[in-house]
Amino acid sequence: MAAPTMDRTAAGAPAAVQTLTIAKALNNGLRAAMEADPKVVVMGEDVGKLGGVFRITDGLQKDFGEQRVLDTPLAESGIIGTAVGLAIRGYRPVCEIQFDGFVFPGFDQIVSQVAKLHYRTQGRIKLPMVIRIPFGGGIGAVEHHSESPESYFAHTAGLKVVACSNPADAYWMIQQAIDCDDPVLFFEPKRRYYEKGQVDTTAAPGPLFGSRVLRTGTDVTLVTYGPMVRTSLDAAAAAEEEGRSLEVVDLRSLSPLDLAPVYESVRRTGRLVVVTEAPGESSISSEIAAKVQQECFYSLQAPVLRVTGFDTPYPPSKLEEEFLPDLDRVLHAVDRSLAW
Amino acid sequence: MSSPEEWTHPGPGAPPATGAAPTAEQVIAGLRATDEGGADLVQLLTPEGERVQHPDFDIDVTAEELRGLYRDMVLVRRVDREANALQRKGQLGIWVPLLGQEAAQIGSGRALRPTDMAFPSYREHGVAWCRGIKPTDLLGIFRGTDHGTWDPVEHRFHPYTIVIGNQVLNAAGYAMGQKFDGAVGDADGEATICYFGDGATSQGDVHEGFVWAAVYDAPLVFFCQNNQWAISEPTERQSRLPLYQRARGYGFPGIRVDGNDVLATLAVTRWALEECRQGNGPVLIEAFTYRMDAHTTSDDPSRYRLSDELELWKLKDPIERVKVHLVKQQWADQGFFDSIEEEAERVAVELRDYCVNLPDPPAGRIFSEVYAEGNPVLEAQRDEFLAYHAGFAGGDH
Repeated sequence: MAAPTMDRTAAGAPAAVQTLTIAKALNNGLRAAMEADPKVVVMGEDVGKLGGVFRITDGLQKDFGEQRVLDTPLAESGIIGTAVGLAIRGYRPVCEIQFDGFVFPGFDQIVSQVAKLHYRTQGRIKLPMVIRIPFGGGIGAVEHHSESPESYFAHTAGLKVVACSNPADAYWMIQQAIDCDDPVLFFEPKRRYYEKGQVDTTAAPGPLFGSRVLRTGTDVTLVTYGPMVRTSLDAAAAAEEEGRSLEVVDLRSLSPLDLAPVYESVRRTGRLVVVTEAPGESSISSEIAAKVQQECFYSLQAPVLRVTGFDTPYPPSKLEEEFLPDLDRVLHAVDRSLAW
Repeated sequence: MSSPEEWTHPGPGAPPATGAAPTAEQVIAGLRATDEGGADLVQLLTPEGERVQHPDFDIDVTAEELRGLYRDMVLVRRVDREANALQRKGQLGIWVPLLGQEAAQIGSGRALRPTDMAFPSYREHGVAWCRGIKPTDLLGIFRGTDHGTWDPVEHRFHPYTIVIGNQVLNAAGYAMGQKFDGAVGDADGEATICYFGDGATSQGDVHEGFVWAAVYDAPLVFFCQNNQWAISEPTERQSRLPLYQRARGYGFPGIRVDGNDVLATLAVTRWALEECRQGNGPVLIEAFTYRMDAHTTSDDPSRYRLSDELELWKLKDPIERVKVHLVKQQWADQGFFDSIEEEAERVAVELRDYCVNLPDPPAGRIFSEVYAEGNPVLEAQRDEFLAYHAGFAGGDH
């Protein structure tokens, strides 16, 4: 199937540049993708009349009908497994999983079928489907509502995994993910849903699977993604007041990883701190640390340090502020790196 | 079809709730359960080759059509036996036999139209034959040279799915797509059929597939081949109810057909597909049959079932009853049967030659088509690997 072109604007957008929350940017992005291609269908629990538990799909069923925005039965394997069949039939399904910890009932379909059908058939079956997962903590939720399961999927060949961190990326990346002929796991930073930013609906977006330097600096490189991008930018601003210059790279794509800008940055700064809220053991942060020491060994002035969630189940919400990396933990790691 | 009042709870012959080995009484009770299909069993051709009538599912079959069904079954059995032998000779890593299930697969497979879609598990070699797939195309999976070489789009026959029950949801989604496309609603409509076994009915994906197909009125025929054993576990370990009766709980019809009767299977599947084409939603067919060989060539059924059971089911052989009927009707002579045997032998020789000459794939196949749009990290890994390979003397590793 030919991918629709990307030179389109949000439905009814009165101006090219709008100030939007991430939630609204995602809503506008989904709407633009649905208008551009009648084969795009949105499916999941409560995505229709309710507009999704976070209202990301608000108003879409009203405008596109019940056949394009499917309120599904309550079963994640069913949502993903039927999306596979719809994709084989020529549709481009966008599945919503309500919360990170609920993706696991669908894990089998994702890793056994979604990831492997293209390879199994040597390209005769394409699965242009997106699985949207609001992820991460910081919202005071009960168990299973605050997890960061992205490493499971980055570990599985055949899947592509991305995480947006701001409204402009949310708007464009969701459309690019829908246009992609590969299955994409699309992670949304739920604690940042209502943070605002400018979205230019006419400026051509960068590549979906590319990382981006958000702030330049000379002393230490911070690499991060999703909800920890805001934390890392805040840490860099605070460090500047102390006379330290931090460079911040937003990975955006977790599989494939675009580490070339990270290598280039580390070769200049000599120091790297990886910031994620996922547990660090056998994770994306491990992968980055391994690759950077492999590629930048002679440039490193200090070992690669990581600031991550702990290797525990996600704690009760009264403890999550202790679990989640914050500005102070990032700055502490920066201090340790510089003291080496 | 029986009423709920006729549903019975497990009697003394039911398997124990614990993981203890079944007692002799329980094994014998299980034997009885597999022997009788029950009063609701749809049958048009008895094991003795007698044609019988059914009030709801009769069918007119010409002599030529019946000879064709016989030919199909003989050829796929020969393919199956040859592949089994190839595994024993070390030419295939594993084989999944279909012996005994020829009528269930040919009867249902021949009910399909080219525009219909089929989702198999991994034992549906007979259905593959009906979809125009060469038996040689089945070998790559079991020899380890590929994960399937037929074109699922061209043949409308999905790749074999090895994870139990996954394909049922995929089929439900495809059938939803047929409905959304407006491809149902009249006699020219499309339908989807999905194959799975009695063991798969315990999987969550099959339950979810039933739910999805029901609530979206998807044109999907669930075709359960109840071959009585899920490796070593009897059907009694999967369900307290006859499997076809489960459909009622989801709100669509369930029918038990004699899966060793190619005519009954053809008739019931045609009816079910027509229900789907007309937009009347899904149907569950339980083809009551028997796996006359092992689950796979790695299995040893002598450890868990009685030889008497096999001997009993041999009397219900799906091919022999058609042969007897053809003879009784004088629809075929010895020359016909001989010609089919000769054709089967040619197919077997072709399969054997193809198998032993099937080349190993090039090393680059490891990396081939993982993604539709590429992945620079993986491509770098592939290039490094191929350069490493090229460094060996003699090159072509």
